[in-house]
Amino acid sequence: MTKKTTQPKILFGLDTFGDIPTDKDGKLMTHAAAIRQVVDEAVLADKLGIDVISVGEHHREDFSISSPETVLAGIATKTKNIKLASGVTVLSSDDPVRVFERFATVDALSSGRAQIILGRGSFTESFPLFGYDLKDYEILFEEKVALMAEVLKEKPVTWEGTTRAALNDADIYPKTESGRIHTSIGVGGSPQSVVRAAKYGFPLMLAVIGGSPDRFVPYVDLYQHAAKEFGTSSDEIGIHSPGFIADTDEQARRIAWPAHKTNFDRIGRSRGWPPITREHFDYEIDHGSLYIGSPETVAKKMAKTIKTLGVMRFDLVYGGGPMPAAAREHMIELYATKVIPRISELLAEKPDGKK
Amino acid sequence: MAKNNKPALGIIGAGKLGVTLTRLALKAGYTVYIAGSGVASKIELSTKVITPGAVAVTAKEAARRADIVILALPLGKYRTLPVDALHGKLVIDAMNYWWEIDGEDEALKNPASSTSELVQAFLPGSRVVKALSHMGYHHLHDEARPKDTPGRKAIAIAGNRVADTVTVAELVNDLGFDPVIIGNLASGKKLEPGNPAFGANVDAATLKTYL
Ligand SMILES: NC(=O)c1ccc[n+]([C@@H]2O[C@H](COP(=O)([O-])OP(=O)(O)OC[C@H]3O[C@@H](n4cnc5c(N)ncnc54)[C@H](OP(=O)(O)O)[C@@H]3O)[C@@H](O)[C@H]2O)c1
Repeated sequence: MTKKTTQPKILFGLDTFGDIPTDKDGKLMTHAAAIRQVVDEAVLADKLGIDVISVGEHHREDFSISSPETVLAGIATKTKNIKLASGVTVLSSDDPVRVFERFATVDALSSGRAQIILGRGSFTESFPLFGYDLKDYEILFEEKVALMAEVLKEKPVTWEGTTRAALNDADIYPKTESGRIHTSIGVGGSPQSVVRAAKYGFPLMLAVIGGSPDRFVPYVDLYQHAAKEFGTSSDEIGIHSPGFIADTDEQARRIAWPAHKTNFDRIGRSRGWPPITREHFDYEIDHGSLYIGSPETVAKKMAKTIKTLGVMRFDLVYGGGPMPAAAREHMIELYATKVIPRISELLAEKPDGKK
Repeated sequence: MAKNNKPALGIIGAGKLGVTLTRLALKAGYTVYIAGSGVASKIELSTKVITPGAVAVTAKEAARRADIVILALPLGKYRTLPVDALHGKLVIDAMNYWWEIDGEDEALKNPASSTSELVQAFLPGSRVVKALSHMGYHHLHDEARPKDTPGRKAIAIAGNRVADTVTVAELVNDLGFDPVIIGNLASGKKLEPGNPAFGANVDAATLKTYL
């Protein structure tokens, strides 16, 4: 792993699937209100100087966002600086040409702030919905990543494969002003996905949703080795992990626990794992990949991960489960005004603790 | 037999689980042959960087060269296993039916038997034992501990021949977990998704209460 001596600028982002928050009376919001809530939160994040907002793609009752770029378009015209990313775009069940068209449109609306994070997604509910067969899981992603890499060059594309119609010298519009939409690949723990990202020279986003982040150190190494072998660049690695911030550790756990449990158990029911215990939740906060606590606690934990993995970007997945909207907004304020500045301080410190 | 008189391991599936088990096995001093779905060269680089010391091979080669073979590929792909090369081998089935990967497969979703018995039926010349299937890969990675560590986590083992379950128990112990032998291969059903033991990351005493 390359340890850089001067600290380059780290990007800090927020990431959401559009979980349904609760309102002032503790009632679940509608899907539509949940989407407007995300737009408001992105506007707040932009005002406070947060670098990126990523919105995920899901097709389930518990998440409101199934069409990330439409939400990003809504955010685009109301914000100035914040980057607008998908997290992730489920490419296997989408069409790379249309993905490009939609993001290029967001890029136009936002004057160049659109970003794509491609992934396979940890849920596959989009497959039956859009008429894809899970048996083709591998080939769909492999082929579509290859086509996406071509389309992103913004030159006429000639392509042939098995998963969509061939393209013959097809030019795709609108063109972006910069000539390139920033596009990363999100990966979980599969080494071959890391190699694939390096092969196409896509920046890497590590999705670390449980367990100790240290175990991804070899994946960072792998990405760099693979990039060298393929002759692509490999300087951009980010991480995305779930978290929640409140004024105190106690408050943060008290608010996050029921929401997290609802979220986790609902997913668990469909996957056949038993309900999460409070012990496991606390363990993930203390030793794993839940960044939950006071600004100081979360800043320390994030700084440690950033150092250990040498990542350049950290997207904190916020608002998991039915959480009060006000608590989400307060979290964003704390993240921007307390956590991020504190992480910069911590990263500037020498190992012996001195400045 | 390979170095330290430990059996040589073959791991078929070089994804999250396969890589994690390879790491643990290398640490315990085993020789490991690891395979993905295709040619060895596809996983050579990742093997060299993530699990240095393991030998990247094809599935057939992993089966042929190993004494014990761990199945760490999607269950939906078990019919692609190299039946002949696995003949006579002790095979550890660590696979679960996962509809999000395997698709809606009626045979796997509602099998008359445990899924490990389906695998055993497909591999008539092999001795199949179910193990290393119920704990998430990140827990396997984070929780491995030396024997006799207080609170050491446990892995359940189900198989038809006592001698085989004991061999697997030794391996589980070497990897960093307390082995809990729960009964014959059919009893492996208790470890499948939807049952209390699925996902279990607990010590032996607690695991037994789930079974
Ligand atoms: N993830 C866990 O926490 C966990 C825990 C316990 C048990 N399991 C079980 O372990 C198995 C693998 O899960 P995973 O999470 O490790 O999945 P994964 O990360 O997607 O990895 C799957 C691996 O299997 C390989 N593979 C696919 N088809 C194959 C074939 N026909 N022959 C040989 N290898 C093949 C893939 O190789 P290519 O890349 O070349 O396709 C890949 O290396 C599943 O049955 C799962 O239920 C998983």
